[in-house]
Amino acid sequence: MAFIKSYRLRLARKRWRLRAVLKRRDLRAVVNRTDQIRRPDILLFCTLRNERIRLPWFLRYYRDLGVNHFFFVDNGSDDGSREYLAEQPDASVWTTTASYKAARFGVDWLNGLQMRYGHRHWTLVVDPDEFFVYPFCDTRSLRALTDWLDAAGIRSFGAMLLDMYPKGPIGAQPYHEGQDPFEIACWFDAGNYTIRRNATYGNLWIQGGPRARVFFPDDPKAAPALNKIPLVKWHRDYAYVSSTHMLLPRGLNLVYDDRGGEKASGCLLHAKFLHTFVTKSTEELQRREHYANSAEYRAYDAGLKDNPDLWCKWSEKYINWRQLEILGLMSKGNWA
Amino acid sequence: MTIGFVMLCHTALDRAAQVARHWATRDCPVVIHLDKRVPARQFTKLKKALADLPNVDFSPRFACEWGMWGLVAATQTASELMLRRFPQVRHVYLASGACLPLRPVEDLRRYLDERPTTDFIESVTTEDVTWTVGGLDYERFTRRFPFSWKTQRRLFDGYIALQRRLGFTRRIPDGLDPHLGSQWWCLTRQTLSAILEDPRRPDYDRYFRRVWIPDESYFQTMVRRYSRNVESRSLTLSKFDFQGKPHIFYDDHLQLLRRSDCFVARKIWPQADRLYKVFLSADSAGTAATEPNPGKIDRLFAKAVERRTRGRAGLYMQSRFPNENWENGRTAAPYSVFEGFSELFDGFETWLAKAVGSRVHGHLYGPDRVQFAGGETVYNGALSDSAALRDSNPKAFLTNLIWNTRGERQCFQFGPADNQDISWLIALDPNAQISVISGAWAVPLFQSNRNFSDIRKEAARLQKIEGEHLNILRSPWLKARVRIWTMAEFLENPMEPLQTVIDEISPRGMRRLTEVPRLQDLTGFGRFLQNLKNQGMQPVLMGDFPVGDGPPDSASPRRGKPYLVR
Repeated sequence: MAFIKSYRLRLARKRWRLRAVLKRRDLRAVVNRTDQIRRPDILLFCTLRNERIRLPWFLRYYRDLGVNHFFFVDNGSDDGSREYLAEQPDASVWTTTASYKAARFGVDWLNGLQMRYGHRHWTLVVDPDEFFVYPFCDTRSLRALTDWLDAAGIRSFGAMLLDMYPKGPIGAQPYHEGQDPFEIACWFDAGNYTIRRNATYGNLWIQGGPRARVFFPDDPKAAPALNKIPLVKWHRDYAYVSSTHMLLPRGLNLVYDDRGGEKASGCLLHAKFLHTFVTKSTEELQRREHYANSAEYRAYDAGLKDNPDLWCKWSEKYINWRQLEILGLMSKGNWA
Repeated sequence: MTIGFVMLCHTALDRAAQVARHWATRDCPVVIHLDKRVPARQFTKLKKALADLPNVDFSPRFACEWGMWGLVAATQTASELMLRRFPQVRHVYLASGACLPLRPVEDLRRYLDERPTTDFIESVTTEDVTWTVGGLDYERFTRRFPFSWKTQRRLFDGYIALQRRLGFTRRIPDGLDPHLGSQWWCLTRQTLSAILEDPRRPDYDRYFRRVWIPDESYFQTMVRRYSRNVESRSLTLSKFDFQGKPHIFYDDHLQLLRRSDCFVARKIWPQADRLYKVFLSADSAGTAATEPNPGKIDRLFAKAVERRTRGRAGLYMQSRFPNENWENGRTAAPYSVFEGFSELFDGFETWLAKAVGSRVHGHLYGPDRVQFAGGETVYNGALSDSAALRDSNPKAFLTNLIWNTRGERQCFQFGPADNQDISWLIALDPNAQISVISGAWAVPLFQSNRNFSDIRKEAARLQKIEGEHLNILRSPWLKARVRIWTMAEFLENPMEPLQTVIDEISPRGMRRLTEVPRLQDLTGFGRFLQNLKNQGMQPVLMGDFPVGDGPPDSASPRRGKPYLVR
């Protein structure tokens, strides 16, 4: 039986890869600077739509961490995002007006690019509002982490999505271009996450946080998944299955220890809840291009009408990665 | 008299060159061995970079695969070259390209001058070794290992299994007593040359060629034949993780390394610019008398291994999700579960909070909402009071609560009307203290203003649920501290059990309870039970109550007056 199951997953992986190859035809290169890429470079892949205001900080953050080259898929932005990215000396940009949903929420596009350019590189796949935090990120570069992972023979690194929010109504403090979003959205939920194991893919399925607490208290099963595996030493045979939540082959999903030990892990600080969120959720609701017919955005929209405050008395204020490690949201594992 | 450094290099050659230059310019000859698998172009570059230094030489190159003979062969030839070319050398120090001197060379020189005949090499008999990975310690010397562990693992494992099955063993050559230890040593010219010039060396080499990881046993074993004075420790600070891979040092280890007073550390991350800058520029001679003291670093890395292998008890998170029974502690801290107490006593929670000074919740698993202490709607860690959220993963709710409130003991009420999904979790948790007054759920029914047929139905339902729960608490696999009284038993003498439970929660207090919670008015309770029986339901969990008025015993407290005990 195990054999049949693994064969079935193998077929699934081939199917996702084929889809990725086909969907690559959606993409039109705006600027391709991939000839700059060197053997050990760390690559970042990102798909976006109308995120111009976030981009300067995003680029700065990841350049400081040590990302060498950026891959962007622009899904029909009309706010100048594409033009801005095309000017960046370390970015390659593709554009498409095809359906985000039909490309399985961008996964196919990025899988296609990763297959072609990411082979044998460490690749980081994040959204423009996700900021990667890992143990010692204040003193050690991303390269230190990937070198260590290489030495330890680890191919994938997990980072849970941690929703960050401001105190007070979401739109109250406007975000300025180039600003650290966590000056505004600096609060998070420390200990209300629940975990289940996905029997098919072997990954963990994590839910909880402020979104479950405020938007889904009556329908917790519909709350968004927070488990992510954004950093992978890519091989052209790999494929993301659903967002960056899980991959095939399954071994890449085993970013957790099941014998009681702790593996090293990080967090993706999620700067979704800035003032841009309010307009965005109305727009996305109309476009209906998101997961489960944008059920998530529908819930937000309903919640947003009462101008919600995600903050509560037990919200934690973000300080640094060490705080997250002490709270048990991430771990140093045996990296010391 | 001086020290000669033999350096085994394979990557980050610019760093190796930097360190070699550091030593060479301080009058310490250096012999570099470069792994044969490194392209010739890089070798030429390295040679060129060090061409201006007369006391740097390069030894013939061998392919050095981890755990194979090549490393020993490389060390032997490089050492021979060192002894031949630099006659002023008294101690030979074996280092790698990822080593970094932490103290000035002058310190090391003086340290060795004071110990001119001492060989510093970790050399431990196989019986005393605890750190071997894979369980191969003595067998390293008695089996053959022609296959690479790294690239031919199946053949490697299969061949060992075959040898074990056939009972094949190798004979250890006469005069050898197998010892193991760190690869990085510092030997005197006398000892090293004796090893290298041994007339029986071809025999020994042939033997060690098929020993597993000979770089950790060849010199460690041979030194016992010749050394007059073995100091069994390495002068190189080198720590290994749980997989046997060396820990790496980064810029943020600067202070730790400085305070360790070790002479040389490995392995250094090649891009740790600050470490290289600081330690290769400092020449202010300290005191040679200071002994290396890597205690702090030892602790740091020991903690890392502990975290990786055992983790933090009671933590469930993205990179620690133990299978059942592998948790090393299902929850993070002790807590107490009270069943039936708040039904039997008026204001029990307030009283308990005062008596034990810890957090007392209501029915956390109540059907409508989570009854947090003080009626809070959100609790530590931003736990919501939504019953739906809690019920989507009831076990995680409890483990989260206990994790979030580490440092403050939690008590909560539980009963048959609550979500029962945590029964097994708490029963198998050594952190749980569970006190049950069985059948007390009948008291609210007794007081309720409902139709008797509804009451009867509800009573039957709750009795069934509590019965199943009690069966779990009586399971042979029980780990929790459990006490069960029937209601009748409990009422005979309520103070004694209360005192026991509370003493266990706060043992330091050991106060006599001066104030007791007020019992509910149970006048007519026996009649009530009899009525249930008359209606065809058999209430058994409360114990025996006489049909007459009031609780069963003369010790029954008078309603309305809290009383003092003894």
